[in-house]
Amino acid sequence: MRQLVLLVFLAFASPALAVQPGEVLADPALEARARALSEGLRCPVCQGETIDESNAPIARDMRLVLRERLVAGDSDEAAVAYLTDRYGEFILFRPRATGANLVLWLAPPFLLLSALAGAGLYVRRSRAAERSGPLSEAEEARLAEILKD
Amino acid sequence: MITELGHFCLILAFATAALQAVLPLLGAETGRLRWMALGPPLATLQVALIAAAFAALVHAFVTSDFSLKVVYENSHTAKPLIYKVAGTWGNHEGSMLLWVLILALFGACAGWFGAGLPPALRARVLSVQAMIGLSFLAFILFTSNPFLRLASPPFDGRDLNPLLQDVGLALHPPFLYLGYVGLSMAFSFAMAALIEGRVDAAWARWVRPWTLAAWIFLTIGIALGSWWAYYELGWGGFWFWDPVENASLMPWLFAGALLHSAIVVEKREVLKAWTILLAILAFGFSLIGTFLVRSGVITSVHAFANDPERGVFILMILGVFIGGGLTLFALRADRMQARGAFALVSREGALVLNNILLAVAAFVVFIGTIWPLVAEAAFARKLSVGAPFFDAAFTPLMVILAIALPLGAILPWKRGRLTGAARTLAAAALLALAFMALAFAVNSGRSALAPVGVLLGVWLIAGACIDLWLRAGRTQARLARLPRADWGRGLAHSGLGVTFIGIACLTGWSIEDIRTVKVGESFPLGAYQVVLEAVEEGEGPNYLTTMATMRVMKGGAEVAVLHPEKRVYPVAAMPTTEAAIANGFRDDIYLVLGDPQADGSWAVRSYVKAFANWIWTGALMMALGGALSLSDRRLRVGAGARRQPLAQPAE
Repeated sequence: MRQLVLLVFLAFASPALAVQPGEVLADPALEARARALSEGLRCPVCQGETIDESNAPIARDMRLVLRERLVAGDSDEAAVAYLTDRYGEFILFRPRATGANLVLWLAPPFLLLSALAGAGLYVRRSRAAERSGPLSEAEEARLAEILKD
Repeated sequence: MITELGHFCLILAFATAALQAVLPLLGAETGRLRWMALGPPLATLQVALIAAAFAALVHAFVTSDFSLKVVYENSHTAKPLIYKVAGTWGNHEGSMLLWVLILALFGACAGWFGAGLPPALRARVLSVQAMIGLSFLAFILFTSNPFLRLASPPFDGRDLNPLLQDVGLALHPPFLYLGYVGLSMAFSFAMAALIEGRVDAAWARWVRPWTLAAWIFLTIGIALGSWWAYYELGWGGFWFWDPVENASLMPWLFAGALLHSAIVVEKREVLKAWTILLAILAFGFSLIGTFLVRSGVITSVHAFANDPERGVFILMILGVFIGGGLTLFALRADRMQARGAFALVSREGALVLNNILLAVAAFVVFIGTIWPLVAEAAFARKLSVGAPFFDAAFTPLMVILAIALPLGAILPWKRGRLTGAARTLAAAALLALAFMALAFAVNSGRSALAPVGVLLGVWLIAGACIDLWLRAGRTQARLARLPRADWGRGLAHSGLGVTFIGIACLTGWSIEDIRTVKVGESFPLGAYQVVLEAVEEGEGPNYLTTMATMRVMKGGAEVAVLHPEKRVYPVAAMPTTEAAIANGFRDDIYLVLGDPQADGSWAVRSYVKAFANWIWTGALMMALGGALSLSDRRLRVGAGARRQPLAQPAE
């Protein structure tokens, strides 16, 4: 039985777990930076996983490269740029706020403000409509005149 | 044979739905009572036929009839019985059949419990409901038929994805569907009201229970899915802003907005047009969610069906119902005249703010979800939108919501004063600040997220308590006699607060540890000490396992003995990790076993997940609050009928 289990495991052996113990950097500050960065980077072959969570070999390679760059003294931006130069902006989970992406980033505040403004106008208009509800004195007089006829 | 009967029932259901879509509506338009009266029996027949078809499919799964293509692709003889049954909806075809079954069930409920409704309104509701059913039955029969046979049946099946062989996931889709599809009732009522050109308090009383029921199911369904992700995927995340998760969040947000705006229509007869629009949007986004999930236009961790033909079909259904609904709305909305006016600072004003925040939040989620598609199609940029965007755009809206909620809940209708409300809630604010200070004290250098979340959560909970106390006229005796709707509201609002605390603390205070450990070694994890005592091989019903025994100690006392596992499902050729979790009121201890290392040690990931249970406890409280409110006598289905004049005016 033991051999069978072992065989099956070998057959389906996959690098389970995301970050492997061997990948962790000795310097805790540097490791924390690497973790934070890799949580914002997308694994190019998985479906919507970060390289921090992913089990794919390419994600592991990217984690290692990222750490190499950080150990070499790169800033966060430079280390990420090193990866995006190779894999494209597809791997950024936080889309850059440039060009057409401005629409994406500005949409939430724009939607909120215009909805608030619209609601404010609606409330004022409906109150104005209610206030104009009762007839004015001149209208009352005119109404009385009409009713007399 | 049974399979063919099921297939035949499905075709008959299609014909029944076609009749139901036409006859009652025509009857309502031409004033023929007999045609209108056909609605309920047809709806009953339709649900019976679809139930028979569904039962036939369950039968095929339970008896492992591998001559059926879906059974062959998604089942296996060695699979435990419960997952054979659940496997019926663990695949595209079967889950769509569950979808129409629930749709027909809701339609039939409108027939069964709708005796008090004006006959014309009920006839129109049933017809619109049948139109939705008709289109999805056509979708199943023409693009996703579960009853297709294989020419030469194979010996055994290919097994269900092992990740899906789980109790949480067996229940997750039915609840989610009950929610999605329940919103079809709000849509049908909105369409019927637009056709009639009339919306009144009685209409709102009818729509609210259906929306509330749908919202409760969605809440439970989303919570189950998130809980499953937490314990099954092996790193303890609970929400990933994945397109499929977003697909369920959008209708939930709209349903939340709708059930609040329906209160305003019921009590004050204003916001009618807006409420109708919300009903259209809520169901529209359920359909958009179905489209996103079923068409494969967006890659996600849940890849269900990547079939363009199916996508186009659902897109057509989507176009007909949302387009048709919005067109009808544009033509008729001006008839929905509001009766009263209200000040900005009033209960109505607060509920409008609730609606704005929830609707904007839903649109933000929508934009973020489809932006990668837009960017690629229009600007040739291949990009991703993930958690960092949603966290930045969604969280502020929820923070405003949490600040405003307790204030809005105690404002009087029509006109109120913010200073008065603020003074009443001073105690809640003080309590919330005290808890935040406490949280800061234990925070020690970590992000400010947890303390701020605690502040908002306590503010919500204390605000809900004060609200109940005020409602009871500040006397204990009357507290017990408050209507259930009030208790439901208090429970749901404090549930939101509990979820806030859970999310903030889990994000801010969790501890993670990755290392290699030899059997017999121990290592520290926060305030705990963990010992790896043994690693053993074993065998499950349809998998092989490597199971560790790990003892968790705190201050010399044993906290738990946990068994994290690695499993291999040979048929599906898939390894999974089964995390072992010790649930606690404050901390969850979450252990994951990794691969054996060259030196004989094992890779181990361990976490202390702070306040994790609070997230789902809060969701459960929200759902229970909704259920309490639903059981209130005033809201009981049919209560609105008494307000309706008995005789219809001759036209």
